[in-house]
Amino acid sequence: MKLRKEKKPRNRIRHRGMAPEHFDVGQLKILAYMVPICIVMALPILFIVMNAFKPVDELFAYPPRIYVKNPTLQNFVDLFQLTSQTNIPMSRYLVNSIIITVLTVVLTIYLSAWAGYALSKKKFKGRGFLFSVNQTALMFVPVAVQIPRYFVIVYFGLSDNFLANVLPLLAAPTCVFLVKQFIDQIPDSLIEAAVLDGATDFQVMRRIIMPLIKSPLATVGILSFSSAWNSVEASTYYINNDSLKNFAFYVSTLSSQSGNVVAGAGVSAAASLIMFLPSLILFIILQSRVMNSMVHSGIK
Amino acid sequence: MKARIKAMPEAAAVRQPPVKKRKMPPWTLLAPYAVVFVVFIVIPVAAAVLLSFTYFNTIEPPRWIGLQNYVDLFTTDTTFLKYVVPNTIAYALFVGVGGYILAFFLAWSLSQLTRGVRTVMAVIIYMPSLTGGILISKIWAVIFDGSEIGYLNYWLMRLNVIQEPISWLTSSDWLLPVMIVVALWSSMGVGFLSILSGITNIDKEIYEAAYVDGMKNRWQEIIYITIPSIKPQMLFGAVMAIVNTFQTSGVGVALSGSNPTPNYAGQLIGTHIEDFGFIRNEMGYAAAVSVVTLLFIKVMSSGANKLFAEKE
Repeated sequence: MKLRKEKKPRNRIRHRGMAPEHFDVGQLKILAYMVPICIVMALPILFIVMNAFKPVDELFAYPPRIYVKNPTLQNFVDLFQLTSQTNIPMSRYLVNSIIITVLTVVLTIYLSAWAGYALSKKKFKGRGFLFSVNQTALMFVPVAVQIPRYFVIVYFGLSDNFLANVLPLLAAPTCVFLVKQFIDQIPDSLIEAAVLDGATDFQVMRRIIMPLIKSPLATVGILSFSSAWNSVEASTYYINNDSLKNFAFYVSTLSSQSGNVVAGAGVSAAASLIMFLPSLILFIILQSRVMNSMVHSGIK
Repeated sequence: MKARIKAMPEAAAVRQPPVKKRKMPPWTLLAPYAVVFVVFIVIPVAAAVLLSFTYFNTIEPPRWIGLQNYVDLFTTDTTFLKYVVPNTIAYALFVGVGGYILAFFLAWSLSQLTRGVRTVMAVIIYMPSLTGGILISKIWAVIFDGSEIGYLNYWLMRLNVIQEPISWLTSSDWLLPVMIVVALWSSMGVGFLSILSGITNIDKEIYEAAYVDGMKNRWQEIIYITIPSIKPQMLFGAVMAIVNTFQTSGVGVALSGSNPTPNYAGQLIGTHIEDFGFIRNEMGYAAAVSVVTLLFIKVMSSGANKLFAEKE
């Protein structure tokens, strides 16, 4: 009698625990709604992938067909041969975007690693205050201050400067926050030992901190990658010179500019795929690190 | 043994006498970030506040007009009062609050599944948030195309729900709901990941202890154990949800292809700023709208703070 009483709750716990290790029937209920939700989430992406490979007659076929019957690379060929109204080849925008994105990702990783380390481990007056300012700035929405930002860019002589594509994106409070929260978990003794051996701050960063914070840096990488790769803010407002604008901006002008809706749809889908794939691949590669870094992402 | 460990730091110090290097002040590593932070966040916010008290059309220098912009905004700007405020509130409720609840619900559901399935599904759910403004409108234009070859129109017509194709993206009845769907789809970002990893890392023994203490079902489990255990992640998720709500406000303009949106149907506070600032060049007025937006965000996040901040 006593035995049974004890056994019952134990069983229930095993079935209801978080992050189960094995499959059991109870999970079917969850799967019953999660599978459809995931399909809905993935469908729009699937459509755009299919459309990118559709020939013109399939794009405008009635009834519309989701899958592609005769896949073709014609849309991509057309895209690469297109030039903008100002005779700038599409490849120029793509190269600009690649340079902007690489610069932004590398600089954001270093800036937020350094700032996170200083805010977490260095002792100086006002550190707590500075961190709370950064935490408040998590709520910062660039859209809300796009007007004064524009004046700041003009004032510092950055309008029509290539760097206007990069610099505003480096002010990323979320990235600094995530890195700082993660570094908080690293024991001080590790750093103290190195300092006693005469290591400078930069050596401590390179040899001790950087290897330990790969996870939050992966997250920073993803976040800054997708913000730089998708950003149209700089190209729309800060830069008039077409040869300095980026690919995302070019994609945004595609349908309106080609005038020809029929040709536009396929090219536009191909361009969208080029826009989307790099972020997705990067995230799939880094996802376990990203998840790992998120454990310490909370605001306390 | 103990003595040797204790002696080690001293030994190290003796072996390597403190070399007199150019000593950096402790905040040196913070400096580069601090500069971009001040230039692109602090100064713009301060400038927005100052400009909001002026009349500024970018040609003449700004002229101080006190609170006039704010008075105009809340008394004579019929677009703002009639369309922008109700739209923004509806959008914030569905995308901000709704999206946040959905993020928790999806994260919790995933935490009930085994690792492999969980990882694949998390990638699928997170994937849309990588798309960004322009791409979102390109992707969804295929579905919400206004002619009969748009997927949604075609399916609804085949199911006899509608007889004529609907121009989803230019119809003033449909634009806002479409925006909400699209924004919700793309809102499972870092906040969602944070909550997910928070839940999967809760110590399982807490649950066991609670069941022994008489906890009965999953609902109680969520209310008494799960949410209190991940308050920091819940707060981070809430802040991210609020930011996302305002950051995606351009989706209506991107989808419909015009600012202002058709009949102001998809006009939100973010696009109102853009409309006045960059299209009508009324920078002072646009700055006042910016300040109102920032205050609105601040109020929402203090609410979140009250709910989840850990009391000391």
